[in-house]
Amino acid sequence: MRIRVGHLYPDYLNIYADRGNIAVFAQRAKWRGHELHVDAIGMDDAVVPGEHDLYYVGGGQDREQLLVAENLARKAQPLIDAVHDGAALLAVCGGYQLLGRGYKGFHGEEMPGVGLLPLETVAGERRMIGDVLLETELGPIAGFENHAGRTYLDEGAEPLGRVVSGFGNDGESGYEGCRLLRAIGTYLHGPLLPRNPQLADWLLAQALAHRSGGEPPELAPLPDELETKAAHVSAERARSRGGKF
Amino acid sequence: MTALFLTAEIAAARAVAALSRRVGAGAGMTVPGKLLSKLDPGAIDKLAARLPAGSAVVSATNGKTTTSAMAAEILGPRFRLAHNRSGANLVSGIASTLLSAGDAELGLLEVDEAALPEVLRRVRPRAVLFGNLFRDQLDRYGELELIAERWREAVSALPPSTAIVQNADDPQVGHLAGGVFYGLDDPSVARPALQHAADSKYCVRCGTPYDYAAAYVGHLGDYRCPSCGHARPQLEISARAIELEGLERAAFDLVTPEGTRRVELALPGLYNVYNALGAAALARALGSTLDEIVDGLGRFSAAFGRFERIPVDGKKLLLLLIKNPAGANEAVRTLVEGRAPRVAVVALNDGIADGRDVSWIWDVDFEPLLAGIDTIVASGGRAAELALRFKYGGLDESAIEVEPDLARALDRGLELTPAGGELVVLPTYTAMLALQRLVADRGLAKKYWERAA
Repeated sequence: MRIRVGHLYPDYLNIYADRGNIAVFAQRAKWRGHELHVDAIGMDDAVVPGEHDLYYVGGGQDREQLLVAENLARKAQPLIDAVHDGAALLAVCGGYQLLGRGYKGFHGEEMPGVGLLPLETVAGERRMIGDVLLETELGPIAGFENHAGRTYLDEGAEPLGRVVSGFGNDGESGYEGCRLLRAIGTYLHGPLLPRNPQLADWLLAQALAHRSGGEPPELAPLPDELETKAAHVSAERARSRGGKF
Repeated sequence: MTALFLTAEIAAARAVAALSRRVGAGAGMTVPGKLLSKLDPGAIDKLAARLPAGSAVVSATNGKTTTSAMAAEILGPRFRLAHNRSGANLVSGIASTLLSAGDAELGLLEVDEAALPEVLRRVRPRAVLFGNLFRDQLDRYGELELIAERWREAVSALPPSTAIVQNADDPQVGHLAGGVFYGLDDPSVARPALQHAADSKYCVRCGTPYDYAAAYVGHLGDYRCPSCGHARPQLEISARAIELEGLERAAFDLVTPEGTRRVELALPGLYNVYNALGAAALARALGSTLDEIVDGLGRFSAAFGRFERIPVDGKKLLLLLIKNPAGANEAVRTLVEGRAPRVAVVALNDGIADGRDVSWIWDVDFEPLLAGIDTIVASGGRAAELALRFKYGGLDESAIEVEPDLARALDRGLELTPAGGELVVLPTYTAMLALQRLVADRGLAKKYWERAA
């Protein structure tokens, strides 16, 4: 099957090796006989619900994030509609922040958000930098975080996982990321997917379900020896040197 | 006057340096500096003030070690130098270099980008070279814009008598308060498009993407903003008629207000043309003649770990430090345009000096290198992560070997290299230090601090 990916602002939001995540989607789809087709959705392009099965929003430096924030806010409604119609979505770091209601800067300046995920982000004094390990429904997830923003989930919102080591959403709550329908937002880069292939496969299955209109398929297992090794090292780093206040 | 400044603290720090070298505890390069900074935070200022010809400072994300080593070659006949040749470029390293300055006349200091504001404030150099700013170790330095902002503040605090030379081809660096601008002027060696990892591709004034008449290395090039007109400044010193000759050499016309001369470099790659131009511009600001510049650059071979060739058992190691996407891309480009290797060892560590966040390897365009590879050995503390980078870059898993231990990875690489051949090794910073020690322990190369002394 052809999985259609809408990659939002790849020219602006690409700071933490986001193309690694795209490469993982592409290869793992290919190894199961599917084909990944990636469209860049830039400043002048529209989000059209139904056109893409999976959206990807990466991280950017503050300057780039600010450049896209207002443009993205204008695409909010179709993006919200697409996710509520069953499209999958992965947003990392800056992209994660932008999908909430907004970002309050250190000097009170506000950056608009999409309002898809039930959360908001406020600039904090200390950057949260380091290796992270989460326990999630999809098993352990390991990555690296580097963010000044503290993200607060609304009452009842579902996090991606519980923080085993590291800061997570706000350095205090013990939770990281946010899940809504087939959408996942997280601070974990590194990039996220090469060493957490189960998460890549979950998102691919959700995208296939959107494409077919049926249930998420069971994907054929792959020999993930290198992935498992890398995940172990990353998890060990988080345990031994993950950040905390 | 000298005796007045040579305080007990300085004497103590010198004693520590000597001891640290004697017991072989590292290179003894930063320990005394750290001690001195603790005992007397103002000591660096005093030590710098003792240098009769003052100091010159070199900073950049990429190329500062090579650029300052080239400048040392040019300036050597004119000045006795206090030069932090081994790359100890934080405040403590600068302190150590100044401590052991002896009868040096001129300080030649390579300085870490983040440490630059403090070093400029303390050392008060007579000349400063601003080379380039690329994304690098975001976990340590923070975002590029933050460093650029700190550089802007540091420049505005310099006394007007300070000579500034700056790379006009980098929008962030060209935008700093003006000095002498240098850059490349040869579109025939430009890349067809900006690289994936290009950083400063949006106008520093208005945020519009730049149009590039020529993109040379990463975002370095001849840029103009189609919206507000912000453009590369006029070049005072430039390189034309550039010839890149495989893995061995590069040559170019050095164009200056004093005339044009052909420069022959025993180093490959466009980024080394940038390094040579920067060194030339800095030396010129310190009074070197065009003859001295051309001779000095012609004599130069390689800085520590930067395209360094080390003979091993009838074979050769070719060491190329990789530390961030822009630098690694140039290393890959140079290799592929020379003789693309069929065997390579790549070593990724994640210590503080390497950057604990290893995501940058996914921003490196390894693919052209992978296209010609029979076997690649992934090594270092994050060997598996590196192996994944190659796997998802399209390399067949059977061509990837994972060997976290550097010594064994090196042996395996040498084993796969034919007699008389050259083994390409691409290590991150701490992996390079470990490899150097390894090779030195086997008696193959002099320890670098002995060589630098």
